[in-house]
This record gives sequence, structure tokens and C-alpha cells, in this order.
Amino acid sequence: MGARGGPGWICGQPQARGARGASPPVPVGTLSSPCPPSSSPAPPAPTMGLLSDPHCRRALSRLVLRLNTPLCALSYVAGLGWFLALAFQPLAPRTYMSENAMGSTMVEEQFLFGERALSYGREFAGHKKKAGGMPVAWLEKTMWALGLEVHRQPFSRTLPFPDETRERYMVKGTNVYGILRAPRAASTESLVLSVPCSEGPHNHQAVGLMLALASYFRGQIYWAKDIIFLVNEHDLLGMEAWLEAYHDVNVTEVRSSGTLGRAGAIQAAVSLELSSDVVTSFDVAVEGLNGQLPNLDLLNLFHAFCQKNGLLCTIQGKLQRSDWDSLPAYAHSLQTLLLMVLAQASGRPRGDHGLFLRYRIEAITLRGINSFRQYKYDMTTVGKTLEGMFRKLNNLLERLHQSYFFYLLPSLSRFVSIGVYMPAFGFLILVLVLKALDLWMKLSKCEAGSAERLWDGDHAAGEEPRPGLLALVPPVLICHAAGLALYFLPVLGQRVATQHFPVSESEAVVLTVIAIYVAGMALPHNTHRVLAGGGSDRGWMTLKLLALLYLALQLGCLALLNFSLGFLLAATMVPAAAAVQPTGPKVLLSALLVLATPAVTLLLGIFLQRELVEAPVAAAEGWQLFLAAVAEGLLQHHLYGSLLFPFLALCAYPCWLLLWNVLFWK
Amino acid sequence: ITDVLTAVALYLAIQDFNKVVFKKQKLLIELDKYAPDVAELIRTPMEMHYIPLKVALFYLLNPYTVMSCVAKSTCAINNTVIAFFILATIKGSAFLSAVFLALATYQSLYPLTLFAPALLYLLQRQFIPIKLKSKSFWLYTMQYAALYLCSLVVIICLSFFLLNSWDFIPSVYGFILSVPDLTPNIGLFWYFFAEMFEHFSLFFVCVFQINVFFYTIPLAIKLKEHPVFFMFVQIAIISIFKSYPTVGDIALYMAFLPVWSHLYRFLRNIFILSCVLIVCSLLFPVLWHLWIYAGSANSNFYYAITLTFNIGQILLVSDYFYAFLRREYYLTHGLHLTRQDGTEAMLVLK
Repeated sequence: MGARGGPGWICGQPQARGARGASPPVPVGTLSSPCPPSSSPAPPAPTMGLLSDPHCRRALSRLVLRLNTPLCALSYVAGLGWFLALAFQPLAPRTYMSENAMGSTMVEEQFLFGERALSYGREFAGHKKKAGGMPVAWLEKTMWALGLEVHRQPFSRTLPFPDETRERYMVKGTNVYGILRAPRAASTESLVLSVPCSEGPHNHQAVGLMLALASYFRGQIYWAKDIIFLVNEHDLLGMEAWLEAYHDVNVTEVRSSGTLGRAGAIQAAVSLELSSDVVTSFDVAVEGLNGQLPNLDLLNLFHAFCQKNGLLCTIQGKLQRSDWDSLPAYAHSLQTLLLMVLAQASGRPRGDHGLFLRYRIEAITLRGINSFRQYKYDMTTVGKTLEGMFRKLNNLLERLHQSYFFYLLPSLSRFVSIGVYMPAFGFLILVLVLKALDLWMKLSKCEAGSAERLWDGDHAAGEEPRPGLLALVPPVLICHAAGLALYFLPVLGQRVATQHFPVSESEAVVLTVIAIYVAGMALPHNTHRVLAGGGSDRGWMTLKLLALLYLALQLGCLALLNFSLGFLLAATMVPAAAAVQPTGPKVLLSALLVLATPAVTLLLGIFLQRELVEAPVAAAEGWQLFLAAVAEGLLQHHLYGSLLFPFLALCAYPCWLLLWNVLFWK
Repeated sequence: ITDVLTAVALYLAIQDFNKVVFKKQKLLIELDKYAPDVAELIRTPMEMHYIPLKVALFYLLNPYTVMSCVAKSTCAINNTVIAFFILATIKGSAFLSAVFLALATYQSLYPLTLFAPALLYLLQRQFIPIKLKSKSFWLYTMQYAALYLCSLVVIICLSFFLLNSWDFIPSVYGFILSVPDLTPNIGLFWYFFAEMFEHFSLFFVCVFQINVFFYTIPLAIKLKEHPVFFMFVQIAIISIFKSYPTVGDIALYMAFLPVWSHLYRFLRNIFILSCVLIVCSLLFPVLWHLWIYAGSANSNFYYAITLTFNIGQILLVSDYFYAFLRREYYLTHGLHLTRQDGTEAMLVLK
């Protein structure tokens, strides 16, 4: 056979599978191209170009084109099913301590100052009521008497808009902290025990316990790291102010003053909340800002010590069950898992510890709960647990990094690691990829078909005007402009809104958000007149392709940073995104797309969360909670740099608007 | 400013190049070298009219260009020099082209490999056939090489007089060649050398550097009729395999893609490749954040994305390469390939 032409080209028979065409695929060196059929030019086969066998390629592309909808549905169901199966026992192994320095030695706790803790707590409560806020002078005096090195840090912050809890623009407060210097070490590392001083009669016992622990720790000689005992005012605001001042950074716009004592790099932190004299169980909260989680070892440490002292420990407020094979146990683990996913997706720190994680300091929050159980534990037991934890943390040689940073917890002693839960997300993204491939192949076929018509006879334009890529620019620009408006306008325009409407500022902001959101949905009816070749099939297919790829990209990047949020948004938006098209049952599709919008996901998430904590809400109350959540999201973004609101406003919402545009293309 | 200069230079260069291509095509049609049924593969002036504008826009609006401009990287200056070099080559001025090439090589060592495509283009322009025995070929080559080396020597001596010492040679060229600084970037070197034992590092440095220069000769042999495409592939290879690549280098060779938009129908993986490149570019900052700031990932994640990105680029270049060769084959042998007994045949590249 003729090997004419340049070196390296050989013409072979397409049917001879025994010949070169069917040799095992050699990745780059062997490329083959399908032979053009007799009368029309060769359409480029776009998929899987590295396979040497053109039959395989053609079979694959036929598979994707024909079985697209069943494959997509299967993939989606597989993704959801995988996620639901995560609560099952085989996929969730038991937790174990990975850090060597924390594993082998067990300490003998000798804390006895339970009564002293309670008396300190009562004193604190009295002084707090007298001072009307945080009793700074008393705290300083007491810490000084205990032998700690005391510092105070006044801070102030201007809120972007006053919300219901703090009804003024400027919030001022003071943090007080005492440093216990390690007697024989060089003050290069430290641990933190922090207690939030919130408004109202909360957390007095926690302050008391902290002071009692400080007095006990002061008498020991085995400390290798300094311990900082911190009382922060205004919860998260005070904590953020302290952390920024400690690390000398300026992430948010908190202003603080005073020279601060430092104690070296913080290795770990525990935030304590106790509001009763006796506790029945201890609840641990791990989710931090933007869904960041502490190292699993810290949780394992807590669990180990609770078990040692016989304390009951819960997560998400739920106690673990001891039977594993029954259906109620599975439902229970699933509930716990879903609660954790919802909490992580909201990006709100579930305790003061959440802000430490940004500075690579592992931290958890412990809450003492006094419920109606029979057996109650007193302060001494709680103190012993904390003492044990701190002594173990004292042994750390380096930062906690051995155990997992990305995990989900169906119960306190079981975890699901990233390698096990990511495939669920992968299946959901696969749906988008399959749909995009399908659209691409249809578009290339369209193009090849019209090119053929073009060359067949006269050079007149094809039957439909081909808009080209430039016609896609107006919808994309308008959708992103709507997103930008959603991001910037509510806070900037609140003054205007309060002048014209009789609402408070936070309500004004929230209502502006909702108004812009809904107004964006009216846009498609206007963007058409801007487009030149707007009514064609190619137009909406290209726009949908772009929207699908954009959505897949965003969700992929998001899932790496905050898996729960990515998974939740994927689970709701993927079916609507894949199914939407201008032809077909419009009412049904628009209802589906409205259900998939991020705002509705938030609303449903709130309802689901209240269901799972067994405190279900009625519709009106749920709506109020939704409005409060929107306000909180905005506030947290401006105060702490939470990424939920900017992501939804600047990325998810424009993408959803693009899909809405596709739906109303004609 | 340098970006605008680059864009203008590329615009003028491609305009000239288009004229040359069209002339050559007409010549070959008249000489009847093309098979009869390739009417749709011939390029028309109408479709080529907007290509220079598209090239300039591609370069200016490329997010990579914007990023390197915002970062105030010297890559923009590198790109400008190379763009002027291309302009000078296509216009046919051997002197200017040698000077600019010397400037480019002076800044970073790798444009040395662009000597070959420039030489081939200039030879073609002077209608000197490339036969190893021909005297005029050697004469011209010597001329061009002499121009180039002289300008290089002049520039190096100027630097010497400015600094009064030869220290700059190890610090500039020694740095590029021996890769002492292993800050993570989008290239392939840093991870390897971070993991390697000291004993072997010299050997691997040599291997990696040879890898950059190695492709010149085979490509020169294969693409001697098409030196501008050769230049494109060479620039792409430099920007993938050099020791400290930046996204500005990628922007430069991507600016050339509209010139070969007529190869679009032969490109096989363009959808997947462009998706891979976009996904990797977006994942770069995410994984960097996870590694450095959040502390939850490590360098393996970032290097995986680097690897994928470079694989995507390599596949893009090889895709264009094979599409180019396929088109050439179709032009000379007709679109509908038949075997000697008249049945349909298939094209397999070995």
C-alpha cells in the first residue's frame, strides 16, 4: 500500500481490526483520524483523542450522545446514594490518635478545686451585674492575685449595619487575658484556654473554672508551654480582635490599642462554655469559619479524656448509640452527619474556636450541657478532663498535622475521610461534564452540518444566523452585573432605604438583598432585545455549555475549600442545570430551577436543620429565621471575612441567572 | 506599555506573514502541487483579514497577560523583545532579527533555540534552498550567525562595562541553568529538585536543561518548510520546559493561536484541553491557599495541578502540530484518501 507523501504517514484499512488500528493504545505517538465519508467533510471527533482506535472513539462518542440522560440520572443517584451511605459503619472507621506525642502517656489528674471554681463563678456573676458588662478591674485583680501576667486589650469595631443583637453601629469592648509563664521553658509556644463573656447570665461557671484551673496550673512545674487564659467580650468580635492583635495582622477592620504581652506561637486552643453548676454531658463543636475544621487529633484527645473520666460526650447535641447494625442507629448517624454538613456549609463558626483555625491554630469549643439526665458531673470532673487535655497538649513537639484536616463526623468516634466522601461529589460533577460533552458534540455536528450546506452551492449564509461567541457576552455581563449589585448595593444603600421605608437598618439590608435577587429573575425578558442573532438554537446551547462548565468549575473549587457547601449546592443545582432548556414544559422546568436557586436552598436548609435538632418550626418562624440568616451572613462577611455571602452573590447567583436566561431563551 | 508594544509588533508581524502565506499558496496552486479536491482547505483573504487583529486582541485580553502585568513581572519585557524579533524576522531584516534575538538570549538563555526557525525563515525568504552542500546556504548561515554572535558579545561587554565585573554571568545564566532557587512556580523543576538527593542533582539539572534544547533539531528537520509554525512550537516548548516559567510566557504563544484557526477542524481534543487548562488555572490559587495558608494540604496537591497544567499545554501544542501536518498531507494528497484498489482509507500517524 502506498506510503506516499512525507515520512510517517501510512494509509490503512478502516475495517481491519487486526491491523495497526487495534494495537494497544500507545499514548502520544499513535494518533489516528477517522476517514471522511464520501461526500461531506470530516467532522472532528472531539472526545478521547488519545485512544489509537477510531472505533473505540466513535463508540464512546455514540455512547455519550445516546445514553446521555440515563447516564446523567445514574450518576446523580450514585452521588446521592454514596453520600447517604457515608453514615454506614464500613465507610466510617473508628477514630484513632495519629500524633505520637499525644498517644503513649496517660496522665494522672489531680485537680481538686471544683468548689473554688464555683465560688469564683459566683463572684464573677456579681461583679458582672454590677459593672453592666465585663468586670475588667475585678478580673485583672483576681488574675494578678493568682500569679498570672495580666493584660487588657480594648477594641472597637464599626458594624456595617446594626443588627438585632447589637443595636448600634459601634461596638466597644475589652479583652482580658493572663499568661501563665512556663517555669523552665523559653516562652516560644503556648496554649490558650478561652472563655467568652457574653451578654446575659451565661458562662459564669466557665470563668470560675478557668480561674480555678489557672490557680491549679500555677502550682505545677511540668509546663513546657505558656498558657494564656483569655476572657473575650462580645464573643466572636472580641476573639477576632484578640487574634489579630496577637498576630499583628489586619484582616478585618478592628481597632485595638494597648501594648500586648505575647507568649509565642499558639499551638492549640480550647474554648469553654459552661452555664450551670453541674453538667450532664459535654458537647463539642468543631466547625470553624468557612467550614474549616481542626485537626481530628484534637477531637480524639477530647474523646479519650471524656472516656477516661467517665464524662458523657456528645456531638451536634446527639449521644452516640452503641448498636451499629440496626436501622435506627443508621438514621441517628445520618442525622448527626447531616447536621454537621449543614453547619459546615453555612460557614459560620459554631463557637469562638472557629476564628483560631484561620491562623493555623487547632481549636475546639466545649460546651457543658445540663439536661434531664440522671447522673450529673461536678466541676471537679470537668476540671480534671480539661487538666488532662492540657497536659497532653503540653507534650506536643510540633503542630498537630498528622491526622486528618478534612473529615465528616457521623458520630464522635467515627469519621469519614476526604478520600471516601469526595467520590460522591465527583459523581455529581460528572453529570455536568457529561451534559457539557453532549452539548459540545451536538454543537460540532450542527457546525459541520451547516458548513456542508455552505459549501454545497451558493455562498449565501445558512438558514439560521450563527451568533458566534460575541452574542454570548451580553447575558454573561448582565448576570455578573446583577451579582455585583447583589454584593455591593444592600450595605451601601441602607441609608437610602431607611429614609424611604419605615424599617430598621438590618431589615432594610435583608429586604434589599431579596429585592435584587428577585429582580434579577426578571432580566431575561430584556436581554434578548440586545442580542443580534438571539433566537437560534446554537445560541442557547452555547450559553448552556458555558453555564454548565462555569458551574462545574465553581463547585469544584468550592468543594476543595468547603466540601459541605459544595456538595449541598451541587446536589440542588445539578439536576436543574442539566435539565434546563427553552423547549419543553416551561412551567415545570422553571419551578425546578426556582427550587434549585441558592436562596431556596438556604431556606430549605434552615427547615431541615430545625427538623434534625428535633425542634421543628412553622413556616412563618422559618421565614423569620431565613431573614435572620441572610442578615447574619452579610454581617459575618463584613466582620470576619466569611466567604459564604460573596460566593453566593458573585459566583453562584450569576451562574443560576445564566441558566434562567437559557430557560427563557425564546 | 510593553504589552501594548508587544501587541502592535505581533499585529504587524502577522499581517506580513499572512501576505507571505497567501502568496505561497497561490504559487503552489499555480504549480498544481495541490490535489484537486481540497477546495475547502484553501485559505481565502477574507477569512484571513481579521487574523492580525485577533492576534493582538488575544494577547492583550488574555487573563494571563493581565495577571503578569498586574504582578509587574519582567516577563512583559521578555515578550516584547521576542515579539520584535518575530516582526524583524518576518519582515526579512537579518540584522535587526539577530540583534533582537541577541537581546532575548541575553535576558534568558532559552530563546537561543529560536535561532533555527529564524534562520530557516530568512533562508526561505531569500529563496536559498536548504541543502547541506549548497554554498549560498552556508554563506548565509554564517552571516546570520556572525551577526547574532557579534550583537550578543557587544551586549555582554556593555554589561561588563556597566558593572565592571563578570559577576553577572554566573548570577544570570548560572542561575537559569543550575536552578538553585526552588520556590514553587508553575513549572516542573522545583518539586523534582526539592525531593532529590544532592548527589544526583547535577545529573538531573543537565537532563532537564537538555530537554528544552533537544526538540529544536527534530522539529527543524520536520518543519523546514514552515518556519513560522516551527517558531510557534519552539516558543511553546520553551515556555513549558524552562526552569522558571511564568504565565506571561504562556500568553505569548497563545497569542499565536488565531493564526492557525484554520486548523480548527482538524483539532481533536480542543474542548477537553481548554477545559483542562481553565480548570487548572482556577485550581492553582485554591490549592496554593490550602497549602500555604490553611495548612491542610501539602506541596503534592499543588504539584499535581502543575503537572496537569503542563500536560494540558503539551497536549495543546501536539494537537496543533498534528493538525498542521494532517492539513499539509491532505493538501498534497487530497481530502478523500483512497487505497490503490479504490476503497476508503484512514490516516494513521506512526
